[in-house]
Amino acid sequence: MTAWMKNGGPDSDIVLSSRVRLARNLAHTQFPQRLEGDQGKAVMNQIAQAVETLKPGWQLQWQPLSEVSAIDRQVLVEKHLASPALVQDPVRFEGVVIDPTETVSLMVNEEDHLRLQVFLSGLQLNEAWQLANRLDDELERVLDFSYDANFGYLTACPTNLGTGLRASVMVHLPALVLTRHVPQLFTALAQIGVVVRGLYGEGSDVAGNIFQISNQVSLGFSEEEFIHNLTVVAEQIVGRERNARYLLTQSHALELADRVGRAWGVLTHARIISSEEALRLLSDVKLGEDLGLLTVPGKASFSELALMTRSGYLMKEAGRELSPGERDELRASILQKNLLAHDEGEQ
Amino acid sequence: MSPGNPVPLSCQRCQRRPASVHFTRVVNGEKSERYLCEECAREEGAYHFMLDPQLTVHNVLGGLIGQVPESSHQGTSSQVVCPHCGYTYQRFAETGRLGCDRCYETFRPQLDPLVRRIQGAVTHHGKIPGRAGARLKVRQQVEHLRDQLHQAVDAEAFEEAAKLRDEIRRLEVSSTEE
Repeated sequence: MTAWMKNGGPDSDIVLSSRVRLARNLAHTQFPQRLEGDQGKAVMNQIAQAVETLKPGWQLQWQPLSEVSAIDRQVLVEKHLASPALVQDPVRFEGVVIDPTETVSLMVNEEDHLRLQVFLSGLQLNEAWQLANRLDDELERVLDFSYDANFGYLTACPTNLGTGLRASVMVHLPALVLTRHVPQLFTALAQIGVVVRGLYGEGSDVAGNIFQISNQVSLGFSEEEFIHNLTVVAEQIVGRERNARYLLTQSHALELADRVGRAWGVLTHARIISSEEALRLLSDVKLGEDLGLLTVPGKASFSELALMTRSGYLMKEAGRELSPGERDELRASILQKNLLAHDEGEQ
Repeated sequence: MSPGNPVPLSCQRCQRRPASVHFTRVVNGEKSERYLCEECAREEGAYHFMLDPQLTVHNVLGGLIGQVPESSHQGTSSQVVCPHCGYTYQRFAETGRLGCDRCYETFRPQLDPLVRRIQGAVTHHGKIPGRAGARLKVRQQVEHLRDQLHQAVDAEAFEEAAKLRDEIRRLEVSSTEE
């Protein structure tokens, strides 16, 4: 299972994960969008061979997406191992390279030839960058990356130019949402070049009070500076969320306990549940757990439970395509099982 | 022109043909309006603005990337073709993506202001690739040392300056030997 989804790492009650992504392209090769069949395959092979030469410790495994089923492709997106654009039909010469813990992954022939990413739990942006940097160094020994003395690493879209770095943290901010401090906070963030998005990146809705916060620009500062800046911003956000939580417990203790209790009641007794409702209630339960208002017997983390609400995950579990109605039913039963820990033989 | 003025029926330039083009020009905040026939409008350059593909390209690009690059010189940027991949600037404006890494050289005059707008900077200060960048690394080091050298000279720290000068020479010699 996905290692970063297990609780752990600094501030992991609020920071669900840290991600660092590097965009790289092969020198003197057309960008993926312009590649035709054979050229695209040639790029794929070149990268697959480079992965072969890596030290065995990385344990990276190459998978051309043409050999991955539609449901499995959807799960890759739900686990943030691939972007929706990468797995979109028709699959031509796209691929993924993933290690067994799903910490390190490469997207091949997305917008750029290579998108290297590292996911860690909690606030560990610097650790994620160190790891990504090491893998990048190793790949660079066998691959010639597009690089310009002024512009730095060259990317298909100028928005990723320079370091090719996009660092992001996924944060759970229920108290800031409840106290209506979010719009104000995000306006302030926009002014310092920090972007806020929903759980599934660009264009995705904000669900379950989960926000993705990342650097807007990629040029003009060193990777360490970008990482440091975003870390400082994340720490600020964590501080504010903690403060809002404290104030809520002081001013609205009963309402808060009521809200958490209701969420728990529905999640553990509902027979059909939509993904939106599930994620919203899971967010309440997670807040209740963080504040010590309730103890969840199940071992699954919030990130894992959030994944379990997704349609690809459910269809993977069922081993077949499911209608929306069937998914709502399976979602309710899977969540119940994992929240109540039936697996551990309790009850 | 005051709002009360009636719209002229014949061309204000030749006074002969019917006016069919309403041409508004704003120069340094001063607005001037002209009602012209097609021929005179073309001669006065009104059509130049309306039909020049460069402008539409930049408009599309502006919509896509949220800004319009400086376009004071040459009206042919949309016709520039990347010799390595055959990509045009117009395609970039439509898709927001370049064709290959060498498009950055081909379209540099257009890209420089664009990158500055998007990124707020045009110079990379981050990682330099190990192999391809070995020489670049030396160049950056030399530049950095030169900055220090200037500072040292300004501060009249001549001993320090001499050391820096020797270090710069050493780096320059070693990089040319490679």
